[in-house]
Amino acid sequence: MGKTFVEKLLAKYVGLEEVVPSQIVTVHPDHLLTHDNTAAIIQKIKPELEQYGIYSGSLSIIALDHVIPAASEKTATNHKLIREFVKKFKIENFFDVGAGVCHQLVVENGLALPGKLLLGSDSHTCSYGAIGAFSSGIDRTEAASLMLTGETWLKVPNSIKMNLNGKLKPGVYAKDVVLHIIGDISASGANYCSVEFHGDVDQFSVEDRFTISNMGVEMGAKNAVFLVDEITKKYLASIGIKESSYDTIYPDSDASYFKELSYELPGIVPVIACPHTVDNVKPVTELAGLEINQCLIGTCTNGRLSDLKVAAEILNGKKISPNVRLLILPASKEVLQKALKEGLIETLIEAGGTLLPPGCGPCLGAHQGALAPGEKCLSTANRNFKGRMGCKEAEIYLASPATVAASAIYGKVTDPREVI
Amino acid sequence: MKVWKFGDNIDTDMLFPGKYVYTCSTAEEVKPHLLEDLDPSFAKTVKEGDIIIAGKNFGCGSSREQPVLGLKAAGVKAVIAESFARIFYRASINQGLILIECLEAVKGYSEGDEIKLDIDRGTIVVGGKQFSFPKLPKEIIAIRDAGGLLPYTRAKLKNK
Ligand code: SF4
Repeated sequence: MGKTFVEKLLAKYVGLEEVVPSQIVTVHPDHLLTHDNTAAIIQKIKPELEQYGIYSGSLSIIALDHVIPAASEKTATNHKLIREFVKKFKIENFFDVGAGVCHQLVVENGLALPGKLLLGSDSHTCSYGAIGAFSSGIDRTEAASLMLTGETWLKVPNSIKMNLNGKLKPGVYAKDVVLHIIGDISASGANYCSVEFHGDVDQFSVEDRFTISNMGVEMGAKNAVFLVDEITKKYLASIGIKESSYDTIYPDSDASYFKELSYELPGIVPVIACPHTVDNVKPVTELAGLEINQCLIGTCTNGRLSDLKVAAEILNGKKISPNVRLLILPASKEVLQKALKEGLIETLIEAGGTLLPPGCGPCLGAHQGALAPGEKCLSTANRNFKGRMGCKEAEIYLASPATVAASAIYGKVTDPREVI
Repeated sequence: MKVWKFGDNIDTDMLFPGKYVYTCSTAEEVKPHLLEDLDPSFAKTVKEGDIIIAGKNFGCGSSREQPVLGLKAAGVKAVIAESFARIFYRASINQGLILIECLEAVKGYSEGDEIKLDIDRGTIVVGGKQFSFPKLPKEIIAIRDAGGLLPYTRAKLKNK
């Protein structure tokens, strides 16, 4: 019987001929990602760190991104603790305030490579499936244990094959595709499973794939992977990574899947995830005219150069409605610098946008751009849970950068196909 | 003992709002904010031995572990749901919070029913009717019996 991507990858990592779904295996991941939560993690294991030290300085990737620059004495103290830890234990991959959102940094810096296994104490660690890695989220306690021992257990998941067939129509983007899928299978539709994307995926750049894999967790998936192809290889070459430094893993053609689903892309329209669950998905046309107070373009889901480009094209020479605030949140310093060079930031600011430092910004409601009771935010982020942006009486709607940009012009939900 | 009944997709922001993630980390700091946006009476009146019954995808969303720490500290004996989100499930194993995935038990529950659990035998009695749920694999039982992941890891380091 043939094997799926995840079955082959996990077998390789445990040195077995084969593994089967539900089997528990002990793995040594290539990297462990932690962010501002590193402070809480290392405090859990203070005596053990003193006694045994860490497993290895190359395992951890640490990025300060969630509350940056520090919003209070407490968050500043957390950052300080983390910097001291990084120095003391010679952590090789550390990104300080301003570098960007952790997931973007992992991919941009070639730390997630095809065929590698990464875990992270952040639920969107599943993003690196975009370049053919296996990656998944864990909790803080597990991250603490991994820092000490370098190993943990994984249950071999069932695999779901998703066929994406045909070409998307203009005005419809990767974000619409992934929201459409989540709306179809529900927020728990891929629970505990490894999702593989097949079909006409060569229309999706690595940035598009990032958006889709990022939201794997919003359908409950353990990981969500695009198999390595020429597009992946070209992207990796563009960031200086040679083909000889990674291992491509492909599922067998007769692999056995727990479920197989097919989506006809030409039929997908711009959509919005409505409050308060990501699977509450409706066509933009159904919500057209709904008044909004804040627009957010950015985050680890849609804060890359291509996203800012789409938004800038729509907002070029226009002004946003006086009834909305438009927040621009590049996913990394590198994205910001490129966007500055291309004049995109100028266009967005000229249109009325406010630039935030590369990081998580208002996405988790801890600071910057929190909402007031009764307000509505249209955002390119990945979650619209009640209270997510700091206020339980506010509403969050999720859409593509094009939909958010078009809507910012009118202060109302607007179909991007009307303005492009 | 009280049984708290909730619906589908009880997410990590409902369980513990994101705005507190970087200001509350100990169980004692977390407890007053448990489920605060969904049912403010929960944190005030939850008692040792209470049980939570919920629908699909309990604990979906963030990887934050405060919800688990808080529920455990509040004395919640077990969460019984149709399904759990996977990071929440792992976090519960790591903290020793008992989760039971049992669709029949959730469907079979009506308000006021008494609930009895036998974790080792894998059975649950709801309003007089008995259901069974799969037992945990031995690797996971070892973590649970050690008192959670960190005690388990400490023992492993000591024996190295
Ligand atoms: S941008 Fe938002 S979703 Fe992404 S890592 Fe930061 S808080 Fe999480």
